[in-house]
Amino acid sequence: MEATLTAPHVLQEAMVEKNFRTENLSIFYGTYEAVKGISLPFPEKTVTALIGPSGCGKSTFLRSLNRMNDEISGSTTKGSIWIDGVDINASGTDVIKLRQKIGMVWQKPNPFYKSIYDNIAFGPRYHGVKGKKALDEIVESSLRRAALWDEVKDRLKDSALALSGGQQQRLCIARALSVNPQILLLDEPASALDPVSTGKIEELIKELKEELRIVIVTHNMQQAARISDYTAYFYLGQLIEYGLTEKVFTNPENSMTQEYIMGRFG
Amino acid sequence: MLNNKIAQNHKSRIEKHHIEDFIGRSYMSFCVLLLIVAIISMVYFVMSKGISTFVVDKVSVSDFFFGTKWSPEGSNPSFGALPFIAGSFVTTLLAALIASPLSICAALFMTEIVPGWGKKLLQPVIELLSGIPSVVYGFVGLSVIVPFLRNVFPGQGIGVAAGSIVLSVMILPTITSVTVDALSALPQNLKESSFALGATRWQTIARVIIPTTLPAILTGVVLGMARAFGEALAVQMVIGNAPFIPKSLFESASTLTSVITLGMGNTTMGSPQNNSLWSMALVLMLMTFLFVFIVRLLEKRRAI
Amino acid sequence: MKARTVDKIATGIIVTLALLIVAVLAGLLGYILFRGMSHISWDFLTSAPQKIRAGGGVGPQLFNSLFLLVLTLLITVPLGLGAGIYMAEYARPGRITGFIRLIVEVLSSFPSIVVGLFGLLLIVNIFGLGFSLVSGALALTVFNLPLMVRITEQAFRSVPAQQKEAGFALGLSKWKIVTTVLFPVALPAIITGTILSAGRVFGEAAALMFTAGMSSPRLNFSNWNPLSPSSPLNPFRPAETLAVHIWKINSEGLAPDAVQIAAGASAVLVITVLIFNLAARYVGRLIYRKLTASRRMN
Repeated sequence: MEATLTAPHVLQEAMVEKNFRTENLSIFYGTYEAVKGISLPFPEKTVTALIGPSGCGKSTFLRSLNRMNDEISGSTTKGSIWIDGVDINASGTDVIKLRQKIGMVWQKPNPFYKSIYDNIAFGPRYHGVKGKKALDEIVESSLRRAALWDEVKDRLKDSALALSGGQQQRLCIARALSVNPQILLLDEPASALDPVSTGKIEELIKELKEELRIVIVTHNMQQAARISDYTAYFYLGQLIEYGLTEKVFTNPENSMTQEYIMGRFG
Repeated sequence: MLNNKIAQNHKSRIEKHHIEDFIGRSYMSFCVLLLIVAIISMVYFVMSKGISTFVVDKVSVSDFFFGTKWSPEGSNPSFGALPFIAGSFVTTLLAALIASPLSICAALFMTEIVPGWGKKLLQPVIELLSGIPSVVYGFVGLSVIVPFLRNVFPGQGIGVAAGSIVLSVMILPTITSVTVDALSALPQNLKESSFALGATRWQTIARVIIPTTLPAILTGVVLGMARAFGEALAVQMVIGNAPFIPKSLFESASTLTSVITLGMGNTTMGSPQNNSLWSMALVLMLMTFLFVFIVRLLEKRRAI
Repeated sequence: MKARTVDKIATGIIVTLALLIVAVLAGLLGYILFRGMSHISWDFLTSAPQKIRAGGGVGPQLFNSLFLLVLTLLITVPLGLGAGIYMAEYARPGRITGFIRLIVEVLSSFPSIVVGLFGLLLIVNIFGLGFSLVSGALALTVFNLPLMVRITEQAFRSVPAQQKEAGFALGLSKWKIVTTVLFPVALPAIITGTILSAGRVFGEAAALMFTAGMSSPRLNFSNWNPLSPSSPLNPFRPAETLAVHIWKINSEGLAPDAVQIAAGASAVLVITVLIFNLAARYVGRLIYRKLTASRRMN
């Protein structure tokens, strides 16, 4: 019932946003509805934060945006995900091609068991970039965009697993950037990192939003407040509140949102 | 540029990744199919050859399974396989009786008594024991165990006792490693709550640990028995190969595998003698199914 | 008080029996090496066996065992990888997967003598490959494949799931992810398992007696033409392996030094298996280190 309070207003914004939005998106594990009919826009050059208590469906929602949930057997998705006027949730979508447009970074850094260079060059090489020079360029620019170049430029042939946790996470961001995605999905990208590394990642997110749309799931309220433009509060699979971050954090419409945010600040 | 290209065709078309996945799937399907073909043809051939004793050579099923006289040669042959079936069962059961307590003790030693160096010491021992080839076990059995039994007990040394001892060492690793896995998987608080009640280690082992892991231990024992039942050369080398039901542990006897081993090379394909060996192979195969079935039953009990 | 005494006695028994097993292995290895080592010489390892006279070696048998092992692994490894990858990454829980799992389980507990008989009937007779290395290798494939499938499946299952997700997020095909992202991570475990299974293959005899045969033709070790019948490399010639040879001289050996030859050959077999075991540990660790850590770490 809370959801109906905000839903029309969200729907309006969602309709305005043409290039990337969800419409009535529901996700089921078997018969359990983990995400219930959510419509959300993700405007250009913005960071949208998804917040809410554990198990509220925000991560599931995020993973459905590049149809990663397809890889879990027994999960089904209803509704639409519009990207550039095409519903990518429709059957017949080439999921694998699609995922190239949507980069993703996880909570735990997961570099490939390869060298730093190959971690970045792997995607572009697969997608047809040929020649050492072209690859070198992509590797350098991706690492620069992820603010990692200066730290690793002398040891590109070293194993990526030899990097620190924070470096590994930035490497994973660089890897995601290497195939030029239009959208970047971040699933608690800094929660496993120390404060300094977290600061670097946040800095990076602010810079990257100038180039692409970012959707981030986070448990850290301060982080959501610091880096996001829009915030969506999820509870039990429903979207309780959505709006400008400033508004949601200072003057939320829904009392549940307020309690959650205050509790976390508390 | 890269992006525009993708934006244009996000609907299905034949792409590089489709081809790759097709190749991968074809390759895997081939491998899996081969596995299925292997087992089906094996079952089919052993079955069809195995029943020809009864269908073609008209040996009655009860004569085969309960007849005690084995003389496949001559004008009036008889194909009583009971001595070999009995030999297989007796050696297997004895081997399990010897090996099970040893294995359980080894597993307890590795997980409960001295979990640190106990495991470091016994793990490689168990791995090496399982790696030693069966002909080597047979050779050592023949040159150590048989002379020993000959000196201590009546008879020639060869026989059921020698076979069982050799088999028990061979199945030790199987039972031990399954038991160790089960014991290590026990929740820590189970033991702690028993100790907290003032129970000694042995009381904890006997009243809590063993009863809880019993289905798993039995799984290990059955797997070990399956191995013992199907083992051919090591047993054949020490059991003596006389076609009689053994009346004593120190008397020469035979098992299904030992008869097949010795007979297969000396009989012509399709002859009644040869077919009867295939019938024994069929018995071995059916026993394999039975062992797998029992293991599955035990695992189901363990899951609950 | 009484419970304590019982506890002490029980612990004593457990420790004694556990140490008994160690003693059994020590005795076993000690006996084999002690009896066999004195008979092992370069000549013994390279010369051909003698039928009636003393002084024969096991050269051809040793070569046959190694060659057969290579042939078997050449067939088993690709097949096992394919089926194992299917089980780990593609099979969805259901009836078909359950059936394949049952097949692997049944196949791995088949008595090797029955596998040998099956090989004799189908490969040797019906396919007409005769007593040959190829027949032996195919029989050993049936014998070794289930193990290989399990090794591969477990190795792939132990790769962190995030590796796969990272591959998906880059827009890679699943097969590409399996072969280039997951496979290198699973490789150390696969290699370790393969070497251990190689030890098992190397010592197997029952499946080979009626497939690879119990004789070895006169081999000319300077003839490397694989099509010539006297060439060691000819895969269609009969090939008695070391393990089969041990069995044969124990049951029908006529040479006066048969027991010493059996002891020597057993020692060779056991030493080889020991080497396989050690190599499995070492190589697995080495590759893992190479894949994960860099020069700067450690």
